[in-house]
Amino acid sequence: MAVKQLSVFLENKSGKLIDAVKTLADNKINIRAMSIADTKDFGILRLIVSDAEKAKTALSDQVLCAVTDVIAVEMKDEAGALCGILDVLNKANINIEYMYAFTASTANGAYVVLRVDDNSVAESVLKKNGIATLNNDELQKM
Amino acid sequence: MYYQPEIETASREEILKIQNEKIVKQVRHVYDNVKYYRDLMDKKGVKPEDIKSVDDIKKLPFLTKADLRDAYPYGLLGTDLKNCVRIQSTSGTTGKRVVAFYTQKDIDLWEECCARAIVAVGGTNEDVCQVCYGYGLFTGGMGLNGGSHKVGCLTLPMSSGNTERQIQFMMDLNATILCCTPSYAAYIGESLAEAGYKPEDNKLKAGIFGAEPWTEEMRRSIEKSLGIKAYDIYGLTETSGPGVAFECEAQAGMHINEDHFYAEIIDPDTGEVLPEGEKGELVFTSLDKEAFPLLRYRTRDICVLTREKCSCGRTHVKMSKPMGRSDDMMIIRGVNVFPSQIETVLLNEKYPPNYQIVVDRVNNSDTLDIYVEITQELFSDKVSDTQAREKALEATMRTMLGIGPKVHLVPPKTITRSEGKAVRVIDKRKLHD
Repeated sequence: MAVKQLSVFLENKSGKLIDAVKTLADNKINIRAMSIADTKDFGILRLIVSDAEKAKTALSDQVLCAVTDVIAVEMKDEAGALCGILDVLNKANINIEYMYAFTASTANGAYVVLRVDDNSVAESVLKKNGIATLNNDELQKM
Repeated sequence: MYYQPEIETASREEILKIQNEKIVKQVRHVYDNVKYYRDLMDKKGVKPEDIKSVDDIKKLPFLTKADLRDAYPYGLLGTDLKNCVRIQSTSGTTGKRVVAFYTQKDIDLWEECCARAIVAVGGTNEDVCQVCYGYGLFTGGMGLNGGSHKVGCLTLPMSSGNTERQIQFMMDLNATILCCTPSYAAYIGESLAEAGYKPEDNKLKAGIFGAEPWTEEMRRSIEKSLGIKAYDIYGLTETSGPGVAFECEAQAGMHINEDHFYAEIIDPDTGEVLPEGEKGELVFTSLDKEAFPLLRYRTRDICVLTREKCSCGRTHVKMSKPMGRSDDMMIIRGVNVFPSQIETVLLNEKYPPNYQIVVDRVNNSDTLDIYVEITQELFSDKVSDTQAREKALEATMRTMLGIGPKVHLVPPKTITRSEGKAVRVIDKRKLHD
């Protein structure tokens, strides 16, 4: 099951990030994980939030944003855990466009968000190798 | 529909007859009253009696914008100030202001020209004409306002700016004809969509857009966003203002009001008159102006004239959309670039008409940066997609322009919107000179 990620296009200028984050705060939207890809001119902010659609609606007057399906994988918070997951994807020739990780106070504790070209292919490869992917409900409950 | 059917559909012979009669008088009027031009004629050895018909116009000396600056403010005045009732002025963006004078008759003729333009797009006394060109010194507002009165439209003298109020009046008072710059029309379209209106929600049927160069692609984009037919109008403060030429329902070139203005196309380098159909610089000679008559005024607009029969029934010569005023032309690394070429590429590639061109000089080499807004449809969460889009645009531009620009995609609403003439080009090289 893919999870919803909010992607936001921002000008690479001071004040742009806080404007967007403040809107999320005003709308009581919690940020679970985030990463920013930056170039000289612009940045793309990627967020896992408590409600991606609500966040998109709140931000849409202000910035360009979209909801994208990404894969979230739970893993043990220990050395080599990420390596095992990437190894599976690598052997199946699945290219990762970008990724970022976060931790939470759950049993396993560590998570990685993966952006690949074809979510269903990646998910079935992971599943075949005994690696479960998270769905939106599981993310909300953390 | 015509405002003055007799003259607008007159035969070539009739038009020539009128022009020949008028030019003799106009040249005499200028020679007797405008010392500045009399000196130019004397220097060239041309006497008023040498001009017997429009064929002789080519014997007359040219006037350029530089002459207008030299003669500022009264040097080209063709009558006593006591006969003048108004001035209009250019924005002065390309140097010193040009001030044009008008007698009441000059204003009446100018407004008639604008009225022809309004009727040509379907305007009648049942229309509501929203004029959001700037009012005041700028000829756009006053000219279309006068034309709208002459047609008998209910005129909304909005002037430019305060877009929220423009939209409120447009919707509440059921405006049917919109007059403004094309860039402001695009902005109004965008603002209507933001306010939740669909293109079919307004009562507009036509728009008369001029005072800045715009492309065919921009026309389609405005037509779509406002749900109207968009028409071009042409004019210069020097020749009176908008309405020197206007588009008819054929949307294929602008009819020049030949009973008031005689048009020539010349080779901008040699000054030689070019035959019909050839591209060159547009030159105007006024035929019946009192206060500010200009003979052979070089507009610096590059276009083509055609006498091909028009489906609208008008017989007046047509000028193509100017490919750009030579003022707009940028010379970048030795290559001539018009902003209109850049606009064509952007709109063809589905980008919005919100862009800015920045020219600079870094390490003695010219740089060209194009900033264009990204849209929801073009946005991706992957950096590589956005960069690929920039690269693709750069490649298309390189093919079109002959030089390679750097393209920067920026978020929506980053490019400053214009309520009058859009600032499309920022040439920072001038700061260093």
